[in-house]
Amino acid sequence: MGKELTKGNEAIVKAAVLAGCRAFYGYPITPASEIAEAAAKYLPAAGGTFVQAESEVAAINMLYGGAAAGVRAMTASSGPGISLMQEGISYIAGAELPCVIADIMRGGPGLGNIAPEQGDYNQVVKGGGHGNYRTLVVAPYSVQEMADLTTLAFDLADRYRNPVMVLADGFIGQMMEPVEFAPRAVLPEAPGWSVRGTAETRANLVSSIHLEPDMLERHVRKLEAKYREAERNEVRWENWRTEDAEIVLVGYGIMGRVLKSVVEMARAAGIRAGLLRPITLYPFPAAQVRELARRARAFAVVELSTGQLVDDVRLALEGRAPVEFFSRVGGNVPSAEEVLEFLERTFSARHAREEVLAHV
Amino acid sequence: MSSYAISHERAHAFYDHFERKGELPHQTHYCPGCGHGIVHKLLASAIDGLGVRDRTVLVSPVGCSVFAYYYFDTGNVQAAHGRAPAVATGIKRSRPDSIVVAYQGDGDLAAIGTAEIIHAANRGESMTVIFVNNGIYGMTGGQMAPTTPLGKQSTTSPGGREKWNDGYPVHVCELLNALDAPVYLERVSLGDNKQIMQAAKAIRRALEYQVKGLGFSLVEVLSPCPTIWKLTPVEAQKFVRDEMGALFVPGCVRDRGKEAEARPARAAAPALADVPRLIGLTSGEEAVPAAERDLDLRIKIAGFGGQGVLMLGEVLAEAGLEAGYEVSWLPSYGPEMRSGTSNCHVRIGRHPVDSPLVSRPNVLLALNEPSLRKFLPAVEPGGVAIYNGREVPEGCERDDVRLAAIPVTAIADGIGAGKVANIVMLGALLELCEVVDEERVRGALRRLIHNDRYYELDLAALERGREEGRKLAAEAYGWGV
Ligand SMILES: Cc1ncc(C[n+]2csc(CCOP(=O)(O)OP(=O)(O)O)c2C)c(N)n1
Ligand code: SF4
Repeated sequence: MGKELTKGNEAIVKAAVLAGCRAFYGYPITPASEIAEAAAKYLPAAGGTFVQAESEVAAINMLYGGAAAGVRAMTASSGPGISLMQEGISYIAGAELPCVIADIMRGGPGLGNIAPEQGDYNQVVKGGGHGNYRTLVVAPYSVQEMADLTTLAFDLADRYRNPVMVLADGFIGQMMEPVEFAPRAVLPEAPGWSVRGTAETRANLVSSIHLEPDMLERHVRKLEAKYREAERNEVRWENWRTEDAEIVLVGYGIMGRVLKSVVEMARAAGIRAGLLRPITLYPFPAAQVRELARRARAFAVVELSTGQLVDDVRLALEGRAPVEFFSRVGGNVPSAEEVLEFLERTFSARHAREEVLAHV
Repeated sequence: MSSYAISHERAHAFYDHFERKGELPHQTHYCPGCGHGIVHKLLASAIDGLGVRDRTVLVSPVGCSVFAYYYFDTGNVQAAHGRAPAVATGIKRSRPDSIVVAYQGDGDLAAIGTAEIIHAANRGESMTVIFVNNGIYGMTGGQMAPTTPLGKQSTTSPGGREKWNDGYPVHVCELLNALDAPVYLERVSLGDNKQIMQAAKAIRRALEYQVKGLGFSLVEVLSPCPTIWKLTPVEAQKFVRDEMGALFVPGCVRDRGKEAEARPARAAAPALADVPRLIGLTSGEEAVPAAERDLDLRIKIAGFGGQGVLMLGEVLAEAGLEAGYEVSWLPSYGPEMRSGTSNCHVRIGRHPVDSPLVSRPNVLLALNEPSLRKFLPAVEPGGVAIYNGREVPEGCERDDVRLAAIPVTAIADGIGAGKVANIVMLGALLELCEVVDEERVRGALRRLIHNDRYYELDLAALERGREEGRKLAAEAYGWGV
């Protein structure tokens, strides 16, 4: 197919439908509403279901029902709505149901504002609900990735029988870029464990309760093993001009875009910068961060939150290299110039050049 | 009556052995005299009677009946506290042939799940809700329920339920009766055998309506909980019949089984090959042309809301894409939008777009004066700025920027539609700076503007803009090509 100029939020829905999503349950919230609006148009057109739920609490539980019935299902929201969904997400993970949840982040806490922020990192990547579970998290930085990673999210959700979250910020949701969509010739069958109101599936049970401590422990260990497997197999990231990088920038979503500009500008100013962009936030590219520490002198994390991603970078490095941190919040997105200025302040260009010489 | 006689044989819809239960697999986990056991039997025999065991999906709640799936040999889904109607919605909408039963207690349905039950009922979801009202929280050990009678003690109403502090008992059937969609609402009781017979009928009817494809049914069952009320099973039954029954009077609140329409069947799913078209993916395999020029346009467009700022950006991005460039379009949204101003960032270039945010534009299209004042200082030296006005306002001089003033709104008014001022500006831009060929812009307009009249107007606006641009380029600027 050719490329179509598409809004990020719309790309999610189109990719979802092409990936076989046939149920969408949602509740409007800026800057994610276009997802529900597009779903209201396209899901029924493709023979699926769209329901505007009475709340995000209801939406996530409708999703639980849809996923239990063996259909590819999704919802989308933003910070406050995701907070409301957390109990349901925990149930979905506990019951091992596959589904996709998009979070188009806005400013918080509380009502905050509707401008782009990345303050949901912890509640999404670390799990915001109760109990020992993880969600797999993909973080698009372009409209093409909104489509591609939504497709991937459905496949990962099925493979791991686990909720997968698409974590994007308001900018990626609102912007338009050319997208090439990938229709499928066949769609996956309804899974054998699902409860579909048929003779073959009558014996099936979807539940997250395990009353007996040893049974619950076994269940939790099983989930844990699944997450370890995802950590081995599903890490995705992009290294950009890191081969000779002295300073490794780390950022995701819209910041990944801005940081690419920063890398070019920094290099022109004599700072050998590179970018590591996590594409999956869980599993986190920890080994990849460590690998770059073999050469890099320092890391600089730039995010639209007051220090959430940076914790994962620090954990990954285990003290191998210093980590500098720059953030803007409240809906402000730093310009490339602003980040460059921070870098220059922090690592003077001259110092960087000396270090380069020292390496030769 | 006889067809509703309760058989003492185990219903087919029950398992023979409760293996999921583990210990003591021949008996249920309910206390002696508990109403849940009776309601289970009534439901199981209704499922049997209608022959829908294979199609049934039971959604169990959080409450003493959380383990209903130990017993029902049907599909089973266990839901979060209060959310059974939402979960049931998710199942039923995707599997319209299934028979979905949401089984809920009073805390589950009438407290934490109030929103879910009201809205499932209001959407007329084709499901059957069995609402077991025992007036108390059983599972958590005897806290006050939304249905606890006034004056009754519970662990969280130690002085008795008190209206000023705790409000009044909630009458669920009457509450739902205020809605248009429900088909069947009945309150029954397990107070004596006769009442149990009536309960059996009601549960069967509620299920039958679903089998017939009708909408939402709910049966509220007043049910004994001897353990928490600290009564013998016999006393508990009497309490249900007399005290609960006086407060929540049994009876049919609504039965529209005769006149209700069946929920329309969902249209058959389209062929998979048709799906891309159905979701608006129209582009075929046409080859994208190679980018003609080595462009790197970083365009900022700004003005008042309603001036077509975002649309102008979209036309540019679409035209750029058609001409084989990499493009991005990023709207400002959020706080700025509220103040009535609007701006967007467009990038068009030969190389993949790194940041879609334009902080140092090389093209500024300012549709009003505040925008010019705000963004002109950021324009890169050598860049182009077009301002919507007869002359550049005072204090906006820049020697290193090619600054043009064109009253695009006035010009647009002149051709009869102020709304196309943005396209006049686009026409001027095509003359004043190297962007994309006009043919591409026309192509983009054709794709974005579905109304023929507006499309013609836009073409006229584009032409007028070009004339103005050509004049300027020829007169003072000399940098047209
Ligand atoms: C979110 C949440 N809050 C509270 C609870 C604790 N809880 C479990 S069951 C229950 C009340 C059950 O009462 P009811 O619905 O009347 O059912 P019964 O046990 O009386 O049959 C409560 C409060 C929970 N499981 N989840
Ligand atoms: S506590 Fe009450 S509701 Fe729960 S099983 Fe015992 S009698 Fe039944």
